[in-house]
Amino acid sequence: MEKVFIIIPAYNEEKTLGGVLESLKKGGYHNLLVVNDGSRDGTQEVAERHGVIVLRHVMNRGLGGALGTGLQAAKELKVDIAVTFDADGQHAVEDIRKVLEPIQKGEADVVIGSRLMNPEGMPWFRQLFNYVGNFMTFALFGLWVSDSQSGLRGFSKKALGKIQIRTNHMEVSSEIIREIRVNELRLREVPIRAIYTDYSLSKGQSLFVGVKTLFKLIMHRLMN
Amino acid sequence: MEIQIVVTLFVLFAASRIILQYKNENVSKRALIFWLIIWGIVTGVAFWPNLVDRLARYFGVSRGIDVVVYFGLVALFYMIYRAYIKIEHLERDITKIVRSIALKDLDKKE
Repeated sequence: MEKVFIIIPAYNEEKTLGGVLESLKKGGYHNLLVVNDGSRDGTQEVAERHGVIVLRHVMNRGLGGALGTGLQAAKELKVDIAVTFDADGQHAVEDIRKVLEPIQKGEADVVIGSRLMNPEGMPWFRQLFNYVGNFMTFALFGLWVSDSQSGLRGFSKKALGKIQIRTNHMEVSSEIIREIRVNELRLREVPIRAIYTDYSLSKGQSLFVGVKTLFKLIMHRLMN
Repeated sequence: MEIQIVVTLFVLFAASRIILQYKNENVSKRALIFWLIIWGIVTGVAFWPNLVDRLARYFGVSRGIDVVVYFGLVALFYMIYRAYIKIEHLERDITKIVRSIALKDLDKKE
């Protein structure tokens, strides 16, 4: 049986984190790793109460920083498959299976759970945002994916060994795509469901943050 | 004539600042020399505006002061770019530190 770890980056998610951890356990996933990204609320306590591994950032570093820490930990723990899972409750636990499958079968190194292969229920402005994100990812890093900004992803041991996360914020989503391309990893996309609540919507990227992310991506391209 | 006085006073002020910073070891010798040259050029232009007029004609711009503004803008953009890169590297270094602290006791936690 391979060692599967679920990485949950969390920043000020005390409201939803407990529920997410519960449903993951109910779904049979017990190797849970929360990266508390310098939260100022009770995220740390909620995670500790659920008896999962908690890695604490002493200060907030952003999504990229948190994912980088989680993936690094997975590498050090020599896990076979690492899955990243959002703490805001927008993913369905059943979808993890879909993300694991291609890696377990040896067909892919990285699997992205795409919310846009079946975008039902996603507000149109979100779809538009995601499309712009995909387009920019393609223009800058040369790989087209239907949902470059998805938070549900699976990584094989090989992928964990190769992928290097350098960015700190939302641009990490595109950076991962870049790493897949540069390291010639096999990518698979699987359709997943996105559970949109007012809460999870409020947690995504606003237009302003989106523009900032875009700027950073361009700078990132120029820097490397 | 007034402009020369204003510019001279300002340059003296700015130069004294940078020298003070250098004495307090807040900036490198290279930065000191760089800024003294910049302020020297500014003074030169204030006293002999014909110099930039000649430069302007060379670049096909009619007024000397325009050339100064164009170059100033380019220099500013470049400096912002440099500062941005520096900050980004600092941010990444901070993340490395934060990450290594977070991962310190990982083996005990599993």
